[in-house]
Amino acid sequence: MTQLVTDIICPFCGTLCDDIEVEVSDDGKKIIKVTNACAIGAEKFLHAQSPDRIVRPRMKQEDGSWKEVTYDEAAKYTAKILCDAKKPLMYGWSSTSCEAQATGHMIAELVGGVVDNTATVCHGPSLIAVHDVGIPSCTLGEVKNRADRVIFWGCNPAHAHPRHMSRYSIFSRGYFTTKGSKSRKIIVVDPRPTDTASVADYHIQIQQGRDYELIDALRVALQEGPLPETVAGVPKEKIYDIARLLKSGRFVTIFFGMGVTHSLGKNHNIDIAIALTADLNKYTKAAIIPMRGHYNVTGSGQVLGWQFGFPFCVDLSRGFARYNPGESSANDLLMRGEVDANFVIGSDPGSHFPFKSVKVINELPSVCIDPHMTPTVAVSKCHVPVALVGIEVGGSCYRMDNVPIESRKVVDPPAGMLTDGEFLELVLTEVQRIKGVAA
Amino acid sequence: MTKITVNLITGRTIQQGVSMEAGKEKEDYMKSCGIIELDAVDIAKLGIWKNSNVRVVSDFGSVVVKAIEATQGPHPGLGWIPMGPWANMVIDTNTYSTGMPTFKGTPVTIEPAEKETVLSSIDLVLNACKE
Ligand code: SF4
Repeated sequence: MTQLVTDIICPFCGTLCDDIEVEVSDDGKKIIKVTNACAIGAEKFLHAQSPDRIVRPRMKQEDGSWKEVTYDEAAKYTAKILCDAKKPLMYGWSSTSCEAQATGHMIAELVGGVVDNTATVCHGPSLIAVHDVGIPSCTLGEVKNRADRVIFWGCNPAHAHPRHMSRYSIFSRGYFTTKGSKSRKIIVVDPRPTDTASVADYHIQIQQGRDYELIDALRVALQEGPLPETVAGVPKEKIYDIARLLKSGRFVTIFFGMGVTHSLGKNHNIDIAIALTADLNKYTKAAIIPMRGHYNVTGSGQVLGWQFGFPFCVDLSRGFARYNPGESSANDLLMRGEVDANFVIGSDPGSHFPFKSVKVINELPSVCIDPHMTPTVAVSKCHVPVALVGIEVGGSCYRMDNVPIESRKVVDPPAGMLTDGEFLELVLTEVQRIKGVAA
Repeated sequence: MTKITVNLITGRTIQQGVSMEAGKEKEDYMKSCGIIELDAVDIAKLGIWKNSNVRVVSDFGSVVVKAIEATQGPHPGLGWIPMGPWANMVIDTNTYSTGMPTFKGTPVTIEPAEKETVLSSIDLVLNACKE
């Protein structure tokens, strides 16, 4: 007999869908079928069961081959490289629980490390903008129930957050949006005619990198001010039309993604998008939400925020928290050769950092805590496989709209495998021993 | 040999997400991300068959990927490599004091490279580390 486990949280993207159903074998060890999840979420659950999964820590040998070690040995190596280093980089944190993050930050404080999370290649500029100008935001529940004008600016949820549109932003029926997509006008701003644009009412094919100009033009158009014939490749009539459409709505929500944060202008693009949202509140109700990527990148920002006062790139090397994106951020530190040990958890900089940074990691004493084989593992000296949060162990996570959700355990991890939290506890104990600090 | 210049952007695709969750060391990940999506007119300008290998070169590096026709187009003059180690060989590394490299908007040149191979994610990174 199989059992059905319901109300599972999907630990892949910031949508943090909470309605996944998983059929497991009666001994609770094997996942048989995943329903309700999108293709990416389902694959995440199924890959946990992969027969070639690496289940024990290992150290890279001189010839590049791997040698199995115990968790204790791996923890000792990790503690040693962190304690020996003057400025270790402790990067990632976005695919693990808030509890594990909190333990990791205790280690970072003791060793004087720099803690940075994946926002640094994702929504870091958004966080800088929020510091500069604040943010009028709302929850995804409000979007579902109220939003009748939805903008996707530089994001493509059809590919990156596949169930976002059906659960919250386009097709879902809410209290004041009883007709689903017919209750809403959807606008997509993207230099490509994306799959999200194909289900929208309006696609604005902006020239890549010209977001600031177009948002500024929309602010002018809200007041019916003068505009040149085209802005960012968009004719002025279309800009006036969109401004009127937004003003006529009861509840506008702007979702924005990497198209804005990765392009030149960066945090300034978001400053002005937030200013546009604030302007819209003179005519109607408006909110703006970043489309966060990893399922708990928002949680990492929250935990760092309540522990140290800053949401990413926190430098603890002087014994107190400093924050200066561009200086204390992972890629700048790596490319300038300012770190002397590298620690990665819950992310894959080997795939997602510019190669110039990856090459530096390859030369450093380094550890990568990751359930699977990745390019980061390939360039690290020690690999520690762990149980998957949200599948093999529970833990708190924050959805993209800053709502905390408790993820659940579905099946047991492979026998003898530790969780992130348990491994970090081992490292913490060893660091305390080396530093002569009472536990 | 014909060369063209395009503006390169990177980002997620659903195939990138699914194949990455199925294992970054596997062939599917390379097939999903070791590609460049080009507009039909740009492929014609380059004088190559669709689905043949090309070399993408920027001021920051170079990489061999397979050129396919844009799945979300048309967008002449724009190249798209899904996020991953292949794109990260060539993207603009400057963070301009924000911490964020410039993943979107890197000028690149593209030239035919039918005889060269697209490497797996692990080989790509390890080989480049040796250079
Ligand atoms: S949309 Fe995101 S959270 Fe929801 S099932 Fe897909 S990957 Fe998981």
